[in-house]
Amino acid sequence: MSMNNQGRPTGIQNSDSAVPETVTGNRGLQIEEPLIFEQDSAGRCGVDLPEAPAVASRLGAVKPRGRIGLPGLAEPQVVRHYTRLSQKNYAIDSGLYPLGSCTMKHNPRLNEKMARLPGFADVHPLQPESTVQGALELMAELGRWLATLTGMAAVTLAPAAGAHGEMCGIMAIRSAHDAKGDTGRTKILVPESAHGTNPATAAACGYAVEAIPATEDGRVDLEALKAKLGPDVAGLMLTNPNTCGLFERDIVTIAEAVHAAGAYFYCDGANFNAIVGRVRPADLGIDVMHINLHKTFSTPHGGGGPGSGPVVFSESLAPYVPVPYVVQDKDGAFRLVEQAGDGPAFGRMKAFHGQMGMFVRALAYMMSHGADGLRQVANDAVLNANYLLARLQDVMTPSFEGPCMHECLFDDHFLKGTGVTTLDIAKALIDEGFHPMTMYFPLVVHGALLIEPTETESKASLDQFVTALRALAERAKSGDVAYFQGAPRLTPRRRLDETAAARKPVLRWSPAVEEEKVAAE
Amino acid sequence: MRYLPLTEADRRSMLEAIGVSSVDELFRDVPEAARLSGPIEGLSNHMGELEVDRALSAMAGKNLPAGSVPSFLGAGAYRHHIPATVDHLVQRGEFLTAYTPYQPEVSQGTLQVLFEFQTQVSLLTGMDVANASMYDGATACAEAVMMANRVTRRKKAVLSGGLHPHYRDTTTTDARFIGFETVAMPPAPNGGEDLLAEVDGDTSCVVVQNPDVFGHVRDYTELGKACQAKGALLIVVVTEAVSLGLLTPPGEMGADIVAAEGQSLGNALNFGGPYVGLFAVKEKLVRQMPGRLCGQTLDADGRRGFVLTLSTREQHIRREKATSNICTNAGLCALAFSIHLSLLGEEGFARLARLNHAKAVQLADKLAAVKGVEIVNGSFFNEFTVKLPKPAAHVVEELARRGILAGVPASRLFGGGLDDLLIVAATETNTESDMDAFATALAEVL
Ligand SMILES: Cc1ncc(COP(=O)(O)O)c(C=O)c1O
Repeated sequence: MSMNNQGRPTGIQNSDSAVPETVTGNRGLQIEEPLIFEQDSAGRCGVDLPEAPAVASRLGAVKPRGRIGLPGLAEPQVVRHYTRLSQKNYAIDSGLYPLGSCTMKHNPRLNEKMARLPGFADVHPLQPESTVQGALELMAELGRWLATLTGMAAVTLAPAAGAHGEMCGIMAIRSAHDAKGDTGRTKILVPESAHGTNPATAAACGYAVEAIPATEDGRVDLEALKAKLGPDVAGLMLTNPNTCGLFERDIVTIAEAVHAAGAYFYCDGANFNAIVGRVRPADLGIDVMHINLHKTFSTPHGGGGPGSGPVVFSESLAPYVPVPYVVQDKDGAFRLVEQAGDGPAFGRMKAFHGQMGMFVRALAYMMSHGADGLRQVANDAVLNANYLLARLQDVMTPSFEGPCMHECLFDDHFLKGTGVTTLDIAKALIDEGFHPMTMYFPLVVHGALLIEPTETESKASLDQFVTALRALAERAKSGDVAYFQGAPRLTPRRRLDETAAARKPVLRWSPAVEEEKVAAE
Repeated sequence: MRYLPLTEADRRSMLEAIGVSSVDELFRDVPEAARLSGPIEGLSNHMGELEVDRALSAMAGKNLPAGSVPSFLGAGAYRHHIPATVDHLVQRGEFLTAYTPYQPEVSQGTLQVLFEFQTQVSLLTGMDVANASMYDGATACAEAVMMANRVTRRKKAVLSGGLHPHYRDTTTTDARFIGFETVAMPPAPNGGEDLLAEVDGDTSCVVVQNPDVFGHVRDYTELGKACQAKGALLIVVVTEAVSLGLLTPPGEMGADIVAAEGQSLGNALNFGGPYVGLFAVKEKLVRQMPGRLCGQTLDADGRRGFVLTLSTREQHIRREKATSNICTNAGLCALAFSIHLSLLGEEGFARLARLNHAKAVQLADKLAAVKGVEIVNGSFFNEFTVKLPKPAAHVVEELARRGILAGVPASRLFGGGLDDLLIVAATETNTESDMDAFATALAEVL
């Protein structure tokens, strides 16, 4: 045995690789972490605040409250708690995150730095306009980039996310119909492949949702669409490129048909990243479209938000933007229009002026790429997706013929008869060190696997993913069902019981729940 | 281009694997007339980090950061001290660059955070359950009203005149397009509105704010009981979450739904966003809630873990029958809120609230001593309204020129009227000398 002169072994003596049961339940770098509430010590505190000076209370008739029940921790404990929790997350910083439709691309840190400049982060939304000229200029400049990239006439930055932008767009459509006295339009047409937010938005705005079927080649069925268009249709909500990752070839004809019926064309622009710099939505006949800054323009998703969903409008809908918006006076000063007044503008849709922190990040991203780089973004995103399609099509079943745009869609036909499901493939991919693709969406194919690599993946990363996925597809076909059903095995938690979670929901920690558990043991 | 890893050689070999000769061929489904042949005109080309930093820093430099001068603005957005730890942890890539936790086995970090966040929000508001966040307080308020409409199957909401006008407008926008009625009471800077008189058999809810937009603090227990007797829900809005460290929580006043803004904890002013909407309800209303919910469960090995749950309420399952169309929410802002609150804990949070109240009392006393200034409020937490002998908007401009951000003119919020009212907030960030500077400058301009 090799040893140094203190008796410390320097070689490897035993290579038994079985995963041991540990005393702590920890597994090396995977450390178990209790809830913050389970780490409470009364009187401990992670901040040093002075005691309030003695003053006569002005709380009126309201009683000061008693104990709230928050746990007391010191700062190092808090740092460790969240650090350990963070280590239980997969992220785009750790690897390929090919969640179709979600556009998990690299989030540049320059953007984080810019958003934290005190001139942006430490500015109150209701400061006098004279003290926020740079903030208003940034909003105007972001609006100019978005309008130029889409070719549209007007833009609002107000909506807080994509779904909120959809709401804004549908409200603008209703406003325009109302302004014409055209109140008999009660329906919105939505293709079957649409994201859930589309029908949810249309229904929330009081419209009946009519589904449009897809054709064999994954596009909107033009004839079915035409048959449904009429004086009772307010608009069409179409995603382009669509959620199957395909460009709607007939889009110009679709737009003409929609307009001929007196309706408006809403485009869900969640997939704008595929075509930015290569096509302007205005040139396709679109009247209104939201853009998810947290997809196309790389603002981080943060585990579920915040997002930002600016909406662009064609000439015909431009009067119907919500407040607030920025205007520039002749002397060059920027001003905020905050009240809708009696004009056609509506609103407001949320407090203050929109997701400023996201605006800064998105503009930093746009300026970094420039007009030339954004075109390259679309090129590489589409190239990467088509490369995956080409490398996987013989072992998996592509739902539609390519070329695809920024994402490629497979269904579960290749798993037929194997006993392995789309979900199983996803879970096995986790053990291989990848985040799974989007599963079971869109609904137009069976057992969907929607893969969106984005332009920020290298070829080496794609090749590694292909190797893993090909091997899994082969393994599934070889009948190794148990392997898949047991996956994942290498994660902080294995498959979680979602049925039990929904049947008897435990949605918060409480001492009572803990006592019950102890009693049960 | 620093963010694009493909080399020219990669691109060539990938095109070959695909079986096309150029990337343009992959765009062949795009109508020919709409294809752009080169970069869009009118926009700059790519830039290095240094150039972007310079350009954006120049823009940022044209703004007056609130922290660089004595600042007393509130009205729904508050400047608090955020411990350095918060931003450090929020910027961990595993939190920052993850998506919504659709795959729970590799998202336990985010999910446990949400479970803890939901618990914290429930505790603060005194409610049974909270969701995983909404966009902001104003949209939470509008969603609360729509939820009340669903629960009661009624269609009229009564909105207090003390409700923040942005919250009111957000709700009335939805009312107009979604098709329900709102009765918005006129602003009542001196208090004294009879909300109950507006409640009838068609009323789904009464929406009040505590402290209200003018800063008044009230006990809504009686109103809650009266609403219940009439079959309407009581919705309590809170725009200053720190107030929950000192005031009787809405849950103890009988609120059915609480819609609040969580920005005060962990989140910078950011010129108005992103912020974080808090949404909490009574247990029996859980299945009518909008937004995501995280729940506790067990994994295949019997260990505790967390998942998104009750998703049959949500758009991705329910589509046009969903309780709301919300998808992306305010995850990272909720994380910041949660970390800040974890650092504060029971002791720190209560102390922070007391400190805010004391600062406001001190400021009120100093301003009341200025000739011509009248404090409107009988009660307040950390924000109150003053009546000035001159239009508040002018006074604020004057003071901004002297390097003081004096508060929010009520006329700005309400779009005219109430010209002589200024809404002023004080937090732990305001020093005694800030307050003296404010009082002195105010005396000079009046
Ligand atoms: C196609 C599509 N439409 C709409 C949305 C909704 O956007 P958001 O989550 O920003 O509200 C998404 C994102 O999840 C999407 O993929």
